Order: sequence, then structure tokens, then C-alpha cells
Amino acid sequence: MHETLTDYNFAYLDEQTKRMIRRGLLKAVAVPGLQIPFGGREMPLPYGWGTGGIQVTAAVIGPDDVLKVIDQGADDTTNAVSIRAFFAKTAGVATTEVTTEATLIQTRHRIPETALTSGQILIYQVPIPEPLRFIEPRETETRKMHALSEYGVMHVKLYEDIAQFGQIATSYAYPVLVNGRYVMDPSPIPKFDNPKMHQNPALQLFGAGREKRLYAVPPYTDVVSLDFEDHPFEVQSWDSPCGLCGSTDSFLDEVVMDDAGTRLFICSDTDYCRIQRERADG
Amino acid sequence: MVEPILSARGLTREYAPEQGCLEVDLDVWPGEVVGIVGESGSGKSTLLRLLSGQERPDAGTLSFTDRAGRQHDLVRVSESAIRQLQRTAFGIVHQNPRDGLRLRISAGGNIGERLMGVGARHYGDIRAQAVHWLSHVEIDPARIDDLPRYFSGGMQQRLQIARNLVTNPGLVFMDEPTGGLDVSVQARLLDTLKRLVHDLGISVVIVTHDMGVARLLADRLLVMRFGRVIETGLTDQVLDDPQAAYTQQLVASILQVS
Repeated sequence: MHETLTDYNFAYLDEQTKRMIRRGLLKAVAVPGLQIPFGGREMPLPYGWGTGGIQVTAAVIGPDDVLKVIDQGADDTTNAVSIRAFFAKTAGVATTEVTTEATLIQTRHRIPETALTSGQILIYQVPIPEPLRFIEPRETETRKMHALSEYGVMHVKLYEDIAQFGQIATSYAYPVLVNGRYVMDPSPIPKFDNPKMHQNPALQLFGAGREKRLYAVPPYTDVVSLDFEDHPFEVQSWDSPCGLCGSTDSFLDEVVMDDAGTRLFICSDTDYCRIQRERADG
Repeated sequence: MVEPILSARGLTREYAPEQGCLEVDLDVWPGEVVGIVGESGSGKSTLLRLLSGQERPDAGTLSFTDRAGRQHDLVRVSESAIRQLQRTAFGIVHQNPRDGLRLRISAGGNIGERLMGVGARHYGDIRAQAVHWLSHVEIDPARIDDLPRYFSGGMQQRLQIARNLVTNPGLVFMDEPTGGLDVSVQARLLDTLKRLVHDLGISVVIVTHDMGVARLLADRLLVMRFGRVIETGLTDQVLDDPQAAYTQQLVASILQVS
């Protein structure tokens, strides 16, 4: 028994539950992009706050791991702070805000700007795991569509975007084809982050708590964003660099500064922004 | 030698004794329109669902020959193959356009869906096809980006037909395509259907309880009652010289407008 275990098992979840989730994860890694059902547990935080991600983290975390938690790219928002504190308390693991120091990164809505490396694990919190749900409400039917690779309707969604807005206006949760087989919802990350999933050296795990689904992208797997030949996939770009660090290659958030409507564009990845500023300062 | 494109022998699907569709033999030849008539509950729609692979028979054989001349055994075929056929080689026009259309997707998207389903990935080409088919079924192409829910019943039905024809199917199944439409809209839709069938050389199996629709569209008629085919023959022959007592009643029930 671990010394921090007085009221809870290591990392909150009991060992049988962790084994069940790990079995699901093994299956998910074996079939990239396929959604695996699992027996989601009640967690001490509400659905929609990361119950899926937190269960995956609890199942794979070990005493030697270093944990980083980000929410919309930031390490200092409520969701990130409380999940980090949760594992510091229940697992006694070291935590960090530095992407390169982390062995486990739980994320909501972003992939860190700093390139991930082999051996790191990125865990996504997923609200709706089913990319076909918008057009087909029946689970039996969407499973059949996945099984038979009937993915024409995904392009219908993109067609509608172009017909309505003149371009593919889907800007987050942009559907991808994983390993040439399964269409996957990459969780609500901006499409800016989609290219980072492709051939990434890190293991990417996805957990949906309310929908009770796991899926995964193993290291060095092809992840292709869906598009049309005459309307290829493009990521967002900004007219001005980050207002704090001057970076021109990161995803920027728009922040309202005062009552007069002054706006500032800054990096959503706080760790990346800090590194850029330190580098500039010398 | 011309072969039938759809051939059924002893096709049976029984929900309860004498209910459903019993021992039906049917051949559909290239370019012909076969009408299935009968009262409600006589097994017309069940037969249509069996023929189009939406339901599997309890007994009997069913084979389909696609435009490339390949034969498909529709009783033993895998589910993925039958769904592939339904998306490409078959057209299925539902009585209620809401069953056959995606109401939250624009008219153009509805027509393009089948193309994208078989791998079309060029937006401009898909859109050109959508415009082409909209004008083919006599819908103003300017309404390509409107949602079908803002279309009238007749236009929804036309859109459903366009959506089915875009992959150049050899065989189209229609279940009461003119049901729920008023008489003048019905007449125009029938006109369009007649023209399309003639121009495109498609075969059609159409279920209807409206003898007028049957007479206008169908080359050949099957009369069904209690799940069985009780009479079959050329449309004019069946309607002008009905043999079975039930068919005589059915024909006599047509309102004569003089």
C-alpha cells in the first residue's frame, strides 16, 4: 500500500475500475480511432468538467509521473487547477506547468504548442465522442456506419458549410480520419491543432465521461482532416502576433481589456507564451 | 437476350399467419414500370421492402442484376453490400418525403449526399450535379441552398426523387409517391416521373392504392390481397378486363369522370 492512501485508493479510483479502463484503453490503442465503451464511474466533479479525462488519467498515472493539466491551453484556470490539485492530493504525484517536463498531460480543448515527445501521454476530455451524432441520433445506426465505413455524411456537413459561408466554417471539433479507417471527433480542439495530431510521437488518449467512451491515437499514426479537393483543409491565422510574447505561430485568444472595448490577442497556451517571453528577455 | 433486372420466386415474409407477403413471384424487366396495387394491409409495402432489401424474406429467392451486368443474390448478400446497392444501384422514394430527406440539410446537400457517399470529393462538381438534377425535376436551381422544410409537399417529393437519381440507379422503388399531394400537384409529379422513366431508362416498382396513378405510370400491374398476388398482367388488360372478383371490385371503385 502506498503511504498517501488513508481515505482513498491511489489516484482515487479502485484498482478493479482502473483495470477495466486499461483494458478499454488497450483495445482503443489496438484499433486507432474506434470508440470503446467503458463502465464510467461517478467522479467528484460534474459531467462536462472532465470526468472522462480524469478517469483515464487515474487509470494510467503512476507514482513517478509528472502531471500537467491545461484548460483551453491555460494552466491557471479553475478546471486545470482543481484537477491538478485532485491528483496531487489523491496520488501524491509531482505536477508541473512546463510541457517538456510532463509525462502526462490532461487537456481540455487544446494541444500544447510545444511539440510533444515520445513517451509523453496526452489525455483529452471529450464531451461528444461520436462525430456522426449531428446527423444520426441512433447509436445502433452510427455503429453500423462506422463498421461499414459509411462516412459520406461527414462531407455533407462540410458541403453545407461551404454552401452557406463560402468556406469550411467548422473551426473546432473538426472531423479527422485516423489511420485511414475510422472517422474520429478530436474533441473540441480548434482545427488549428488538428495537424499536430498527425504522426505525433506522443500517445493520445480520449475519455468521454458522460457518454462512457474511450478512444486513442497511438504514436506515429496518420490523422487526416477531412476536406474537399477544391476546398482544402486550412487552419486559422491571425493578423497580429501575440500581444504578450510576440509569437506569430501560436493559437491566439481574444481578450477584452476594458469597458471601451479594447482588445488584445494573446497565446492561449500560457506555458508557451511564458517561454517565448523569457527567450525575448534574454 | 434481355434478362430481368430483378427476379423474385416464392418470396415470403410472414408477420403472423396470412399477414405480410406470401409466395410472390415477380420479374422486373429493364425500363419497365411495375405497379403493385391493393388495399391497405394487403402486403404491398412489405413486398416493396423485401424487393429493395430493407427487410429480409423468411423464404424465397431474389436476385438483382446491376447496370454493369453483375448478379446479386439479395437474400444471402451481406449487409454492407446491400447498403452499398441501396446507395448506388437502387433508388428508394418514400411516401413521406420526411423519411427520405434530411430536413436540416440544404437541397443541394441532400442531392450531393449519395455522391459524397460513393467518394465524390470535389465541391464544384457536386454542386454542378445538384443544379443539374434540381432542374431535371423542375425545381428552380436558385433554391439549391434552401432547406427542404421550406419546400412545398410536391417540391419535397421532387427533391427526394432527384436525391435518388443522382447516382444513376437502375431500379427505383416508390411507395405511394403521390400520397398526400393535391390533385394538380399529383398530376405534375406524375408527368415528371413519366418523363424521367422514359429519358433515363430506369425500371420502377411503384406501390399505390390509386388506380389512376397505376394506369398512368405502370406498364404492368400486380394485384395483391391478403399477402398474395391474385392477378397480374399488362395494366390495360388488368384494368379493362379484370379476372379476379376482387380486382373487378377494385376497378369498379374508380370514380368515372365524364
